[in-house]
Amino acid sequence: MFEDLIYVLTKYDSWLWQGFLLTIQLLAVSVVFGSILAIPLAIARVSKLVWVQAVPFAFIYVFRGTPLIAQLFMMYYGCGQLISNIDGIQDHWTWTYLRDPYWYCLLTFVLNTAAYMAEIMRGGIQNVPNGEIEAARACGMTPFTTYRRIIFPRMWQIIWPAYTNDVIFTLKATSLASTVTMMELTGAARKIVARTALPYEAFISAGVIYLIIVYFLTFGFKGIEKYLRRNERREGQKSGPAKAGGTV
Amino acid sequence: MFDLYGRGWQMLEGGLVTVQLCLTVLPFMILFGLLGASAKLSRYKALRIIGESYTVLIRGIPELLVILLIYFGGTIAVQKIAELIGGEEVRVDIPAFWSGVAALALVQGAFASEVFRAAMQAIPIGQIEAATACGMTPPQIFIRIKLPQLWRFALPGLNNLFQVLIKDTALISVVGVEEILRKAAVGAGTEKAPFTFYLVAMLMFLAFTTVSLFVFNRLEKRASRGIARA
Repeated sequence: MFEDLIYVLTKYDSWLWQGFLLTIQLLAVSVVFGSILAIPLAIARVSKLVWVQAVPFAFIYVFRGTPLIAQLFMMYYGCGQLISNIDGIQDHWTWTYLRDPYWYCLLTFVLNTAAYMAEIMRGGIQNVPNGEIEAARACGMTPFTTYRRIIFPRMWQIIWPAYTNDVIFTLKATSLASTVTMMELTGAARKIVARTALPYEAFISAGVIYLIIVYFLTFGFKGIEKYLRRNERREGQKSGPAKAGGTV
Repeated sequence: MFDLYGRGWQMLEGGLVTVQLCLTVLPFMILFGLLGASAKLSRYKALRIIGESYTVLIRGIPELLVILLIYFGGTIAVQKIAELIGGEEVRVDIPAFWSGVAALALVQGAFASEVFRAAMQAIPIGQIEAATACGMTPPQIFIRIKLPQLWRFALPGLNNLFQVLIKDTALISVVGVEEILRKAAVGAGTEKAPFTFYLVAMLMFLAFTTVSLFVFNRLEKRASRGIARA
């Protein structure tokens, strides 16, 4: 049993390592660009104008209401076919990119992540205490400045635990790239199984790597949460017992 | 309904399989969830550790990996066990449907255990003390006091989980279960019309999640009908 595990880990370590790198890459790009796209969506979503709200609502509704794997197939096979039907596209220089599943995966993951994160951010923006926004307006801040200096820093504080969760969900979602022939971690494990017929060893190795990634993500995001909540910590220290002894 | 190159019925059959999958997983998901939640709230440390590690493990591993592990690994495990009992080499195949159900129940059960744990903790301790004072046994307390209220506290969480479940059934198409996405993939391949077929598949899933949302909202209203007035 353990000989098999060692065999898989030593013989196919480069596949797993490449898979790991690709998984991290997919995750990082999805989270970064997904978050950037989510911000305008969330702002539009809290708009008082119905028709401004409607666009992000429809986007979020469709992307959250359908399976990611269906979206991926739609994008890769469906849109991919529409693109390949364009006359002469196969001789065009962009064709090397247009037939590569990598870009379809990234686009799908970014849009999907944006939809989930926009919904989280909407909740965060709506939970910023009203008094703070009114105070900002009373100080003469423009809406843009209010967002930059008051609403966004507050929003990140509020949504951070949910945001962390969502990043972990995105990590798990990247495993779907293996269904369109991408060799990320799950894809590498599937290929090892096809080669060696050792499903436990290969899938459990991949699973352990995922768990390690989740562990480090959770750890890192906890650290950032401390940074985001640094104002609260300072207040806490002021009234805390350690400081009280010093000031007397 | 337009006939989709004569495959409209195929898609509807796929829809039926998706519904079957969801409804088959649901009781197991609730069972695993209740067991997991009870383990987490147990007096015994060993049980608490098992309950917690169940959630931590499942939370970190992609659903697709669990499905593949159970589909490919399950066959080998059952075969080994059958050989141990029977003493001779046998060929066993676990139907893809059931290995998919097992995988999804395991995954969703882990999330359900968190929902039920929170719901159990939301029940006021005074009620349980009162029930104990009345001389009820722990199973009686569970059935008479905890379960009816658990339902109300857990419904919003279960609503969410059922949405995720509907979407996760699409992953089982990877091991060949003939649900919506699999039917769409077959149609897309033979008719050379992937855009049409995947669009129909997405609309069907959207319809299912919308109906589920509607039903659960009604249930939530109903479950809290005694509370809303207060």
